[in-house]
Amino acid sequence: MTDNRFVNRSELIGILVLAVFLVVVLPLTLDVFRLNLVAKYLTYAFVALGLVICWGYGGILSLGQGVFFGLGGYCMAMFLKLEASSVENTKIQSTPGIPDFMDWNQITALPLFWKPFNSLTFTIAAIILVPGIFALIIGTAMFKRRVGGTYFAIITQAVAAILTILIVGQQGYTGGINGMTDLRTLKGWDIRPDHAKVVLYFFEVGCLFVCIMIAQFVRHSKLGRILVAMREKEDRVRFSGYSVANFKIFAFCIAAVFAAIGGAMFALNVGFMSPSFVGIVPSIEMVIYTAVGGRLSILGAIYGTLLVNFAKTSLSETFPELWLFGLGGLFIAVVLAFPNGLAGIWGDYVQPRIDRLISSRKPKPEGWTDGSVADGAPAE
Amino acid sequence: MFGDYSLGDLGSIFVMQGFAGLILFSVYVLMALGLAIIFGQMGVINMAHGEFMILGAYVTWMTSNFFQAYLPSLFSGYFFLAMILAFVASGALGMLVEWVLIRHLYKRPLDTLLATWGLSLMLQQAYRSVFGAREVGVELPQWMLGSLHVTDSIEVPINGVFVMCLTVLITISVAYVMYKSRWGRQVRAVVQNRIMAGAVGINTEKVDRYTYGLGCGIAGVAGSAFTMIGSTGPTSGQLYIVDTFLVVVFGGAASLLGTIASAFSISQTQSTLEFFMSGSMAKVLTLLAVVGILMLRPQGLFALKVRK
Repeated sequence: MTDNRFVNRSELIGILVLAVFLVVVLPLTLDVFRLNLVAKYLTYAFVALGLVICWGYGGILSLGQGVFFGLGGYCMAMFLKLEASSVENTKIQSTPGIPDFMDWNQITALPLFWKPFNSLTFTIAAIILVPGIFALIIGTAMFKRRVGGTYFAIITQAVAAILTILIVGQQGYTGGINGMTDLRTLKGWDIRPDHAKVVLYFFEVGCLFVCIMIAQFVRHSKLGRILVAMREKEDRVRFSGYSVANFKIFAFCIAAVFAAIGGAMFALNVGFMSPSFVGIVPSIEMVIYTAVGGRLSILGAIYGTLLVNFAKTSLSETFPELWLFGLGGLFIAVVLAFPNGLAGIWGDYVQPRIDRLISSRKPKPEGWTDGSVADGAPAE
Repeated sequence: MFGDYSLGDLGSIFVMQGFAGLILFSVYVLMALGLAIIFGQMGVINMAHGEFMILGAYVTWMTSNFFQAYLPSLFSGYFFLAMILAFVASGALGMLVEWVLIRHLYKRPLDTLLATWGLSLMLQQAYRSVFGAREVGVELPQWMLGSLHVTDSIEVPINGVFVMCLTVLITISVAYVMYKSRWGRQVRAVVQNRIMAGAVGINTEKVDRYTYGLGCGIAGVAGSAFTMIGSTGPTSGQLYIVDTFLVVVFGGAASLLGTIASAFSISQTQSTLEFFMSGSMAKVLTLLAVVGILMLRPQGLFALKVRK
């Protein structure tokens, strides 16, 4: 751990394997429908990535990541909805030019907070800034007063509950329980046909790798080490002169922004946004993905998200009764037996074997014989 | 929003909504009492608490059906038996869960949250498979229906008063058990220092198991009370879990008195606001107020001063 580069060799291999898997293997083997499903799962991977920084490294368990996912998603959806509700498209409404659900709820003019979302630049800024600032406010209020651990988890959960009730209740402004549906174009470019889905998939994977690199950088910088130190012995870090609260706020904000980017990608790829991705249940499910993948592993979280969601889709298609038993059981098993998730299993059992295979191919000291592995055998 | 009502009307509204909130208050107090024991004392975040409550509600429903079918003459008294059965059923399940799951996790409080969430998913699916996905309602005996006329404009529902009295009774007994009995002293000793408590001869494993069982059992009784305000479905419990945690945190996690005070203020605020605006906005405002106050005063209303 002496080098300060933000990826070391084995991590670089891991990232490349993931890149090949997402960019080459999946698009070649899956049809567009399944690829779009993967795109949907990967939007949760952004959240899981944020949780690795915030929960795995910082030790701050947030049960309200759905809030930020939702804020990002709704920002994007508002822009797309406005574009879909042009005067020509909505001329059968009593007030043309406003989104359909507003018309159904007897709202006759576009509300003030909707107006800036006519601009794509503003929307992109809002996707980052709105959840970021919201997380900053919550984080400052909580961490400056040294509220942490379970209390923080419960309060973030309450925030998720509040936002869901608010979105469902204010039907005229938010689309209510149905959410914002029927999103059509992005700057005139139709997002619904198959080729657009493929383009959006690759765009999303690109964003995901940018986020992975940011996470890697945070992890390997001094900042990441302070986060770990803080998780292990908070008082000692505080007595060393660091402002613990500021580091926690930073980790929480990063996680919030990642989640928001995921939410925006969700609105783009799936074509709608609804409060069922904001509340307590989805927020905890997002924590599940991270826990299954491994809360300490950036790449593990992504594999965990994909795996749990694949299992969810295929199990709930074939055995809808068993699915909740499976998910609940998986969760209990991960917590009891494998607290470090898939990445922990990989690191404890698989990695050492691969290392042994590789090292046995290196030149041996004299008199050292090992006939178990033939020379030139590929390691994988 | 108050402008359209005269002062006398407003008084009546507050009293009526206050009594209407009594059952909600009782459910909150009973749920929160169980949670205050499990979370406040043991430090376990029991996300399956709502499911233990719903188990109590289903037991009440089954008892009521049983009495209707086989003992119609005794139907008026079934509720008392139902509550005892609910307590026993939820308590027994709680002790089983503690033995299988929770006892491995006392050193990792945040992980209990995840594990019990998994448990709650499994319980929900179990209820769905056993009782069906449709919500069921319980028929109340005749004497619990109707209301008392206090004045011309004020009516008080009888079942609210009944549940209220019951809640007071249970709360007093819990407080007695926790603060006056030998067993309560053992519980508090284990909570403060598990190793030392074990060293002076307390069977910490047994204490843990019974404490968790007690908390879950009280949740079962809360389920009995819950059948009066809502219909019971596999996921009904989930709706209450956040509120209950907020009640406990708002009251100050280790304080029973604080739990009662905060359950009272939260349920009454919500019930009163519901008269003036939609139910969802009333809930949003109540929760926002609680979160806001918690940001200013994170230790809750009644905090015990404990050295850590």
